[in-house]
Amino acid sequence: MTVQAEPSDRPDAPAPAAPPEKRARGVGGEREGGVLNVFSHGVLVIWGLMVTLPLLWAVMSAFKTDKEIFSSPWSLPKSPDFGAWSRAWSQAHMSEYFLNSIVVVAGSLFGTMLLGAMAAYVLARFDFPGNRFVYYLFVGGMSFPVILALVPLFFVMKNMALLNTYHGLILVYIAYSLPFTVFFLTGFFRTLPTSVAEAALIDGASHTRTFFQVMLPMAKPGLISVGIFNFLGQWNQYLLPAVLNVGDDDKKLLPQGLVALAASQRYKGDWSGLFAGLVIAMLPVLAAYIVFQRQVQSGLTAGALK
Amino acid sequence: MQHGKYRFIAGFLVVPLAIYGVFVVSPFVQAIYYSFTNWTGLSSKFKMTGLKNYQRLWDDELFWKALGHNLLLLLVLPLVTLGLGLFFAFMLNVGGRRRKNAAVAGVRGSGFYKIVYFFPQVLSIAIVALLFKFAYNPNSGAINSFLDAIGLGSLHPDWLGDPDLALWCVTAVMVWSNVGFYVVLFSAGMSAIPKDFYEAALLDGANRVQTFFRITLPLLWDTVQTGWVYMGIMALDGFAVVQIMMDGPGPDYSTEVLTYYLYTKAFTDGQAGYATALGVALLIVTMVFAGIVMKLGRRERLEY
Repeated sequence: MTVQAEPSDRPDAPAPAAPPEKRARGVGGEREGGVLNVFSHGVLVIWGLMVTLPLLWAVMSAFKTDKEIFSSPWSLPKSPDFGAWSRAWSQAHMSEYFLNSIVVVAGSLFGTMLLGAMAAYVLARFDFPGNRFVYYLFVGGMSFPVILALVPLFFVMKNMALLNTYHGLILVYIAYSLPFTVFFLTGFFRTLPTSVAEAALIDGASHTRTFFQVMLPMAKPGLISVGIFNFLGQWNQYLLPAVLNVGDDDKKLLPQGLVALAASQRYKGDWSGLFAGLVIAMLPVLAAYIVFQRQVQSGLTAGALK
Repeated sequence: MQHGKYRFIAGFLVVPLAIYGVFVVSPFVQAIYYSFTNWTGLSSKFKMTGLKNYQRLWDDELFWKALGHNLLLLLVLPLVTLGLGLFFAFMLNVGGRRRKNAAVAGVRGSGFYKIVYFFPQVLSIAIVALLFKFAYNPNSGAINSFLDAIGLGSLHPDWLGDPDLALWCVTAVMVWSNVGFYVVLFSAGMSAIPKDFYEAALLDGANRVQTFFRITLPLLWDTVQTGWVYMGIMALDGFAVVQIMMDGPGPDYSTEVLTYYLYTKAFTDGQAGYATALGVALLIVTMVFAGIVMKLGRRERLEY
């Protein structure tokens, strides 16, 4: 990787390409820095290649035989071999890991959004003693390293017989997603107009009904942003399942199962199968991202900027 | 009405608070308590030992080594990642050839670049770590065979197996997977800067480098600072990359980091009490770091 080499030519490198005499004639400047444009495009293309080539390399390797992977890593496969894909999907249990991940993430995403929205709604729109305290209790959770809590958490789960269970993982995922979700949605609920909710209350709707039928639909853009954020975080979670879900091999989640698969390959040596597994794990998120890239990008940046 | 209101509030808060309390708050509090005990994690018996764990920490060479690696990451990782992120974002938003009606514009295809650069960010860190584990493979990995192809085959570094290189390889992977996020984050910030600022600067004859340092960077400072804190917290972690890519602390402990050290102490060495003390040390480092960034980064807020 040439990553370390690049920062040195980062901020000041454009300078030599824009010599002082340019400035004199360059006010209108349609042509400012033809050289500069070549340079900047060059750098941008190089980083684009650095991002995509490793991914393409993995895809290509998934279509090769093991021999080809070792003898000519960068050449195209001679005759595309789909065997690795079916080996990874069925024999290497990728299909099960996939399903496990879907079950856990579906449950925890639903729970996170519902409970997070409930707490945020109450904190944003009702005045009651302890409101600030509860808010900061939630928000404070964003700034602590998860790994510090991991050892006691393991034993909390063990005592409640939640270790190595899906519902246990779901509860933990929800708990660790709440800080950001509550923080983000509290801010969002504050910005919503109060008049609609008041009208609903005057018409005789209960608080609960107002929340589900009026406020939640109005909060849709905020829910989508934070929902995408949580989906990516929970789908890609590695540390929590690696510690709390180690009982049964078949119960592993996708990232975990993939790592276990890689470790076992040292003895089996099915490299193309492993690459196929890697690509199977990569494709759904990349596909979802390409379809929803606008929402993903705005969701994640909104999260960081708040 | 009042009565109904409080019942409603309680009803909406009790489940989220209970889950949060049991799985987040109580483990954090317990962690601090356990750090003063000699708990093994294996049996339920343990004794209070006061500051003994912390004393041991002080004399533990491996702890200092891991901390040193984390501090190095803390310095290098944000600098490189945010630097590249700023540079790319500037290119994509301001660095382009000027068009007729706009004072500033991104280079051609900037939307496409933003999508592609973000790819690594949506991938699981487990996938990224595995991918690079293979790519770094000294014999058949993508990187060394690329070196072969361009005629540098004689180098053939043993990337992850070389104690002098391993930590840099880990750093590179963390940079690789995070730059895209900052490109998008900084792009969002840059597009909020009013265009007249750039117009005025251009009329005064500023070139792109000057515009960057005089206009873009100062107005973006808050975002950069947020990014710095985020990236710093990332640098203090590194667990997944080290565990998956290195299968352990690396040759000669060259990629040992605090989080991985904590994990092995707790879950393989049966020293849960000592591990929690490590966690408290990590927490302190995190807070000191965030405090320093906030203090050093404080500048007069620019309103626009």
